[in-house]
Amino acid sequence: MATPATTAVEPAAGAKVDIPVQGMTCAACQASVQKALQRQPGVLDASVNLMMRNAAVTYDPAVTRPEALVEAIRDTGYEAALPRAGQTAFEEQEARDRAQTEEFRDLRRKAVFSGIVGAIAMVVSMPLMTSGAHALHGPVADPFMRWAMESMTPTLRAALPWLYRIPPAFLSWGLLVLTLAVMAWAGRHFYTRAWSGFRHHSADMNTLTAVGTGAAFLYSVLATVAPGFFLACGVAPDVYYEAVVIIIALILTGNALEARAKSRTSAALRSLVALQPRTARVLRGDDEVDLPIEDVRGGDVVAVRPGERVPVDGEVLSGTSAVDESMLTGESMPVEKKPGDRVIGATINRTGAFRYRATTLGSDSVLARIVQLMRDAQGSRAPIQKLADRISGIFVPVVISIAIATFVVWFVAADGAPAVRAFAAAVAVLIIACPCAMGLAVPTAVMVATGRGAELGILIKGGEALQRAGDVTTVLLDKTGTVTEGRPTVTDLVPAPGASRTPDELLGIVAALEASSEHPLADAIVRHAKDRGIALAPAEGFQSVTGQGAVGIVGGSFLAVGNEKLMAEYAVDPSPLRADAERLSGEGKTPVYVAIDGALAGLLAVADPIKPAAREAVDRLKRMGLEVVLLTGDNRRTAEAVAREAGIDRVVAEVLPEGKVAEVKRLQEQGKVVAMVGDGINDAPALAQADLGLAIGTGTDIAVEASDVTLMRGDPRSVAAAIALSRRTMRTMKQNLFWAFIYNVIGIPVAAGVLYPVFGLLLSPILASAAMAFSSVSVVANSLRLRSARVA
Amino acid sequence: MNTLDWIVILAGIAAIAWVNWYFFLARRPAASATTGASGTQEVTITVQGGYAPAEVKVKRGVPVRLVFDRQETSGCSEEVVISDFGIRKFLPAFQKTAVELTPKEAGTFDFTCGMSMLHGRLIVEA
Repeated sequence: MATPATTAVEPAAGAKVDIPVQGMTCAACQASVQKALQRQPGVLDASVNLMMRNAAVTYDPAVTRPEALVEAIRDTGYEAALPRAGQTAFEEQEARDRAQTEEFRDLRRKAVFSGIVGAIAMVVSMPLMTSGAHALHGPVADPFMRWAMESMTPTLRAALPWLYRIPPAFLSWGLLVLTLAVMAWAGRHFYTRAWSGFRHHSADMNTLTAVGTGAAFLYSVLATVAPGFFLACGVAPDVYYEAVVIIIALILTGNALEARAKSRTSAALRSLVALQPRTARVLRGDDEVDLPIEDVRGGDVVAVRPGERVPVDGEVLSGTSAVDESMLTGESMPVEKKPGDRVIGATINRTGAFRYRATTLGSDSVLARIVQLMRDAQGSRAPIQKLADRISGIFVPVVISIAIATFVVWFVAADGAPAVRAFAAAVAVLIIACPCAMGLAVPTAVMVATGRGAELGILIKGGEALQRAGDVTTVLLDKTGTVTEGRPTVTDLVPAPGASRTPDELLGIVAALEASSEHPLADAIVRHAKDRGIALAPAEGFQSVTGQGAVGIVGGSFLAVGNEKLMAEYAVDPSPLRADAERLSGEGKTPVYVAIDGALAGLLAVADPIKPAAREAVDRLKRMGLEVVLLTGDNRRTAEAVAREAGIDRVVAEVLPEGKVAEVKRLQEQGKVVAMVGDGINDAPALAQADLGLAIGTGTDIAVEASDVTLMRGDPRSVAAAIALSRRTMRTMKQNLFWAFIYNVIGIPVAAGVLYPVFGLLLSPILASAAMAFSSVSVVANSLRLRSARVA
Repeated sequence: MNTLDWIVILAGIAAIAWVNWYFFLARRPAASATTGASGTQEVTITVQGGYAPAEVKVKRGVPVRLVFDRQETSGCSEEVVISDFGIRKFLPAFQKTAVELTPKEAGTFDFTCGMSMLHGRLIVEA
């Protein structure tokens, strides 16, 4: 590949712009785009690069603008767009995907080519092995080839008798040419990369492949060119051409499979990127215009029809609908949207049409931030990787040393054909050693796990967070918003004995009065009435009595709504309902008396109800062997009632935000690994102090900074899912590392021949290359199993 | 053992010593970053089977711009990781990719490829 051609001339008065151009496939396309640009007024110089798919243009900003240049390119029939300032996460991901796909295709092509040549080479080398010169010098050194020869020769002799009539020297030369072709094209990168690495004093996988196959090739060339010299030394002039070609074919196959599997590890991220809509229907005057997403500005009014994807983030202005946010939050139920509600770009509008005002755009959008977070997470390192890193860093030179030692030992110790055996064993050591599996063990697991998490609405910040989440022993749950809904609601309605009104009538009257109040409890009552479809009558003379309640006139009746003190103030006897009131407050609810025209009419209870899934969530955490603690600033009575209902045994109540931090510290001092679950805003200090901070989100806010894990859904069961996923991932990482280590720890000595003295077992370089190629594939495949991990 | 055996043994020992010296101990070329008009220390590092220069000297407290010029398609070098600065960056082939950071402390920080096979060092001087 060539390096990018840049503009050669830079006139003093020129501005420069690089415009990516798509669809060019040949030199002619390139020329036509270049000509079109050069014809544009104001263009001082234009240079189009086919390989880089871009046009570098120098222009006079006083005469033309980059947008006009883009138009000129589009007029020629090719797609072009101006690069935006800074590469967004989307573009970076797309660039990466393109590179990966190209790499895979390239490797596959080369693997197929060398595989075919390998098969031919194998057939051609058969007569060589049975030819006279070799028969004199004992059995063929490579056990794999010996087996192949013994099983294939009779068939070959029958099928291709002429092959056995060709002089062996001829065949050797033919093989030399074939092998050279494979090395020069399909295997070329092994040698060029190994060489450039060598120049920088570094060594990698390519070094091992290049040295291994290169040595086998040179040995074979010597045997072909000067067989007499070998015979004079008492060594059979064996050639290893077929081994070189097959080794290259197998390693390329392994690399191709690995590239394919590696690209699957980021499948979840890719599908997130693919969610990004390309256009938005924006209101311009009275018209709806389809605009590319990049051209939408903050404040633009966007129209969305049922079934369409919401193009950008915003706030609903008019219309109502249900929106499917599952792709971002994991929440399967559609979410109701009405004016004032926030919608997220990339979610799907289900039922109604609505218009909304665009708010956060581009890299600030919720989707872009999730993608960025995921990218950061997938790129992050887990501490467990440190050991693997240390070994990778010294691996190749150590393996080369072992290979040299292997050669020496075999040469000195072997009784027959020492040089040949020594050589085969040393090559096998170089070929079987595989640092790639170790390098892939942890990062692939991190990538797949964070992707799987995102599908479930669990955004994990990185490898370190994953590792810590796997070690958690104690989970602190904040009460409000985590265990409970975080919104007070009317839970009970008890009419006074002998009162004539139905509960709904009573609720309607109270809500009518409370509609004028700003108290949070009042809000709960009004919402409850509206939810039940009760129309509210107007209230007059509303008056709030601080610390007691409120009074006013509704429908001609005088109403007092509040606590016992307020009742006493208006000489109402609450005793008929006192027992109920005490029971309700024992349940952690706030009782509110209602008196109409001086007579007790009923009792309402308001509480922040626990989430329906809270109990199950706590059960799951307990089943996972975790200690669960409820932490809240609320009073003990309410806290204990909530804890009872949710099945939590330990309660820490009446703590200030600083107190929450202190509680986390106290548990940590007891040697516990603490996970804190909170809303990410009020609980930020405690989340930061905890070993693992989990911010429970509302679906639109991502409290990334304060937490290690963001739960996009308010569902407390996600906490158990996040910890289960992390534990599963840690297990996968450990398995991967174990197999990657064990593979080398066993493979290298076997290749070196330690089993030979006792069992007579020797590994052929070809079998070594097959084992090596599939060791890294197996590690990636094991990580990919996390994609279907059942943790929710 | 005959003379040839002894020659092979000695040659083997010498070869092992040389391999370890070459990859672990031999000095790698170092370069100091140049400070541009904007006050940023900048250095271009060629990525091709390794990092050249593999050692970069910069000053503490001054923004650093490391421009990685990746001159190959080898998957090995597709990412650069500077773990002490929490940086992991994808390097598109045949393109220059800038990584910016400001070292707050003096010391030696490694930068490696995504799989920790290629190594370079960022030396921050006080």
